[in-house]
Amino acid sequence: MKFRSVFDIIGPVMIGPSSSHTAGAARIGRVARTLFGRQPEWAKIYLYGSFAETYKGHGTDVAIIGGLMDYDTFDERIKTAFEDAKKAGFTFEFIPEEEEMEHPNTAKIVIGDENSVMELTGISIGGGKMEVVELNGFPLRLSGNYPALLVVHQDRAGLIASVANALAKRGVNIAHMEVGRKEKGKMALMVIEVDQLIDDDIINELRGLPHITQVSTIAE
Amino acid sequence: MEVLFKSVKELVALAESSKKPISEIMIEQEMLLSRRTREEIIAQMDNNLTVMEEAVEKGLQGVQSTSGLTGGDAVLIQKYMASGKSLSGDLILDAVSKAVATNEVNAAMGTICATPTAGAAGIVPGTLFAVIDKLNPTREQMLNYLFTTGAFGFVVANNASISGAAGGCQAETGSAASMAAAAIVEMAGGTPQQSAEAFSIVMKNMLGLVCDPVAGLVEVPCVKRNAMGAAKALVGADMALAGVVSRIPTDEVIDAMHRIGQSMPSALRETAKGGLATTPTGKALEAKIFGGTKASSDHNPSS
Repeated sequence: MKFRSVFDIIGPVMIGPSSSHTAGAARIGRVARTLFGRQPEWAKIYLYGSFAETYKGHGTDVAIIGGLMDYDTFDERIKTAFEDAKKAGFTFEFIPEEEEMEHPNTAKIVIGDENSVMELTGISIGGGKMEVVELNGFPLRLSGNYPALLVVHQDRAGLIASVANALAKRGVNIAHMEVGRKEKGKMALMVIEVDQLIDDDIINELRGLPHITQVSTIAE
Repeated sequence: MEVLFKSVKELVALAESSKKPISEIMIEQEMLLSRRTREEIIAQMDNNLTVMEEAVEKGLQGVQSTSGLTGGDAVLIQKYMASGKSLSGDLILDAVSKAVATNEVNAAMGTICATPTAGAAGIVPGTLFAVIDKLNPTREQMLNYLFTTGAFGFVVANNASISGAAGGCQAETGSAASMAAAAIVEMAGGTPQQSAEAFSIVMKNMLGLVCDPVAGLVEVPCVKRNAMGAAKALVGADMALAGVVSRIPTDEVIDAMHRIGQSMPSALRETAKGGLATTPTGKALEAKIFGGTKASSDHNPSS
């Protein structure tokens, strides 16, 4: 089940005009921003399907930039996100693509600064809900049934155990977990679906662990 | 995390066997899944209700979208009602005007609560704020109205779709109108099964509705589809309360909506490549608003 809460149906409270093209887009941007861990200096945003066709009219562009500026779906500053970004020295470019993706509302966000670059592909599945389907080239297979933690880390022995221990200590039960890496000893990604809502304390604790570079949650 | 219901059949059976209204089943499921307290859940819905009230008030004062395509119609309808000349009746027109008011605020990038989506955000609050004058509900009953719409929307979202891009406007305003009809029945004292009948009656009459927004905006025909969705919700609720039943069970109607959505060409699913969006006037409006081009934004790209 992709929709778990009554507030997925009656909600979110948001700036119009479109839940999938504005609110869902803002959330894709905000997850990218959270995973990046700081304000990116630049962004290249590739839009597919319905996003590519209608993004200007739906404010999809300002919403994604608002999300990348850490604005929530109901933040009225979404309307002025372009000007706010300009003032903050954050530059961006939108590239509508012809290619047909599996989901009609797909955005690939490449963000970076002088230290690193991150790439995230998200889909907006309706009513303001979104899913991350790819992160830095790792395909994510999230059931959507549970809240999920995304942990980007260095491939080191014992790291998975230390994350599992941190969750166990707080009584968080893991429902499903996947680990992927590109190359031995290099960047790896843990996708952990858990049984309950994830609070900020857990995220902060995981961020404090050695060799962990980014932590974010999706499916609130 | 097991859910209490996945289908309308299960939802109604649960409500009947426990002798609880559908809204209460929705609240209990939310408590189970989110592990939040009833108070927290009620408080969040109360906040959503307040957002809906404020959007209706704002829209009834008159708003305009930046494109200039929509705005001001809610005011016109209210003035017409005040003239005493209305044919379809004040209750229906009040719901219509309040649905229009909300959706005009949405088009103007105002603050709304998606119900279930932003494009269809007018119907649930429009009908709610119209029927309260007749049914005099408590605040709790108004919140229950929203939980009942949510229960039906939950089934649709998980078994079909609530997104225009995925399933056409039948999935957006169609779902919203059907959800509202079910909630009106509960507020008016109907049974859970009558709520399901109202849902089916309305959904059957929204089937096949395409998503063909002019210039890709959530304005034309979205605002007026919210208006008619609100009117259909009231009529469907009245039919169910009168004892009319749907020959096709609700879950099968939802499944039909899903299959129709899947067989719709992408031109009619929020791409602005078909229907009203490609009429001569629709194309002319698009050209006027966007200069006929859809080039990428030019905001000093780096790298």
